Amino acid sequence: MAREGWAMINPKAEQITSEILSNKKVGSYNHMVFAVTDLAAHARPGNFVAIAVGGPASSMVLRRAFAIYRSSIRADGQGLLELVVAASGAGSTWLTSQKVGDTVDLIAPLGTSFGIPTEPVRSLLIGGGYGSAPLFALAETLKARGCRVDMVLGASTAAKIYAPLEGKRSVSSLTITTDDGSAGVQGRVSDVIPRIIKDNDVEIIYSCGPMAMLEAITKIADSFDVLHQCSVEESMACGIGVCMTCVLPVLQDDGTIRMTRTCIDGPVMDGSKVTWTTSREIPEGVWGK
Amino acid sequence: MSLDFSTSLAGRRFPNPIFTASGCAGSGKELSQFFDLTDLGAIVTKSIMIKPRSGRATPRMAETPSGMLNSIGLQGPGIDLFLENDIPWLRDQGARIIVSIAGESVEDYAVLARKLRHVSGISALEVNISCPNVENRGQVFACDPATAADAISTVRRNIGGELPIIAKLSPDVTDIVSIATSVVSAGADGLALINTLLGMVIDTSSMRPKLSQKTGGLSGPAIRPVAVRAIYQVHAALPKVPILGMGGVACGRDALELVLAGASAVSVGTATFGDPTASIRVKNELEVLCEQRGFNSFSDLVGYAHRAEEANEHE
Repeated sequence: MAREGWAMINPKAEQITSEILSNKKVGSYNHMVFAVTDLAAHARPGNFVAIAVGGPASSMVLRRAFAIYRSSIRADGQGLLELVVAASGAGSTWLTSQKVGDTVDLIAPLGTSFGIPTEPVRSLLIGGGYGSAPLFALAETLKARGCRVDMVLGASTAAKIYAPLEGKRSVSSLTITTDDGSAGVQGRVSDVIPRIIKDNDVEIIYSCGPMAMLEAITKIADSFDVLHQCSVEESMACGIGVCMTCVLPVLQDDGTIRMTRTCIDGPVMDGSKVTWTTSREIPEGVWGK
Repeated sequence: MSLDFSTSLAGRRFPNPIFTASGCAGSGKELSQFFDLTDLGAIVTKSIMIKPRSGRATPRMAETPSGMLNSIGLQGPGIDLFLENDIPWLRDQGARIIVSIAGESVEDYAVLARKLRHVSGISALEVNISCPNVENRGQVFACDPATAADAISTVRRNIGGELPIIAKLSPDVTDIVSIATSVVSAGADGLALINTLLGMVIDTSSMRPKLSQKTGGLSGPAIRPVAVRAIYQVHAALPKVPILGMGGVACGRDALELVLAGASAVSVGTATFGDPTASIRVKNELEVLCEQRGFNSFSDLVGYAHRAEEANEHE
């Protein structure tokens, strides 16, 4: 049914009413567990969920997108999705204030996932703030494939580093950077990654975090000629490909650069194919400018 | 007795009165994962222009109380790729199709109409003369009776006599009835009311406009009373001209409100962003509401609110 050149929503995506099974504060974030169907078996690291917020009479009309931290099927067959939510705006604040037993309307799994190499490779995973969320499941998958996994997590301050103990098990090394020096190395992730790439002979970088960080990593990855898959963060209204708000200029296989939906062709994209821009203008050369 | 839920719009029959709204459903492909497109009265496709179009830079979107601003800027593949890819796919689904077109000049509308006149499987043409996200807001066709009529008569001349034309109007005008009257005289068979209202959000952290292009179109439940007013005024003035109503419809009750004001069919737009199956839910809820009010035919409810003065006189 899917045609070539016409990207589609994950065919396993479902819209369901989901019960909150757990909601715990961890540092600056909330770790939340949701009861879902066996869609959990189809979620891959990098996929996201879109959740309706505010309840039925809410004035917030748009869904909120969150990267999946972990997905699993419990021994009793219950599907589980775990998220790491930062209460930043009114929608995420509402979500984190929901109690165990409350239900939400969610759609998952959505978007692209991180590509997993078929051969064991030396990988570097880089997360900014709660952007570390999808990287721990990715680390487990890579480790299971025999890959070396080094990880760098950066944030403005220690409380905004999300690095649970169980998440660190699959990681060969973990480097933390904070802007204020309250944990790890004072500075930004871009200050430490060139050395890690050299020391460990890194072959592929996976990243998730703010766009400025992803742009900086892309430059470093390009200079070392290392593959770079990044999970981008462009604000979305729908998450299912109809609103056209979450677009980025991305180089296509046919050589054109097109405004591309990050909810369908992303959030995981090849960093070297993105035209990173902060100009608030469509870059020159984009198809249809 | 079962309800006749079918409706007639611009001389075409549709099995039910709930459609998608242009720009809120792409060409139906994505939503088809959530429901059967034939369950809706029609799919109104995203306004298509002559050439591929990148749309505007991001940020393109800002959520607002009970609504949102968008400044997509008519991103799309252009009419040729649209006819090659989207229309055949929609036809294969068995969906009823209303194609929305947008131009930057009167000549653009002529070209688009000529490209569409021999395309089979299209129920009607929505002529979007009111998109706020164009380079020069001052040149929105629907803001002036003469330019609006110019665009519509050009489409009428070039499309031939077969395909009904629905003119999509802006509520951002002093007198929407005069624009409506003008486009009907120019050959419009129906009216789509309303497009988004021009708005702006200023980010108080960065202390500059949130959207890259500063302004955007406001949609969602926040604008529903504007839609109801516009539909009511136009239906009162032109009771024989069918109206495709849209503007902030999120449930069956909202759709009924537009129908009572005078809409023969209702498009669900922004609600789809929050809930992919919103249009189906609106349809099911509206059907129940019609039955609960004891109506046997949906068409009897169209414009029913206009009877109010008459009923009061009998009291």
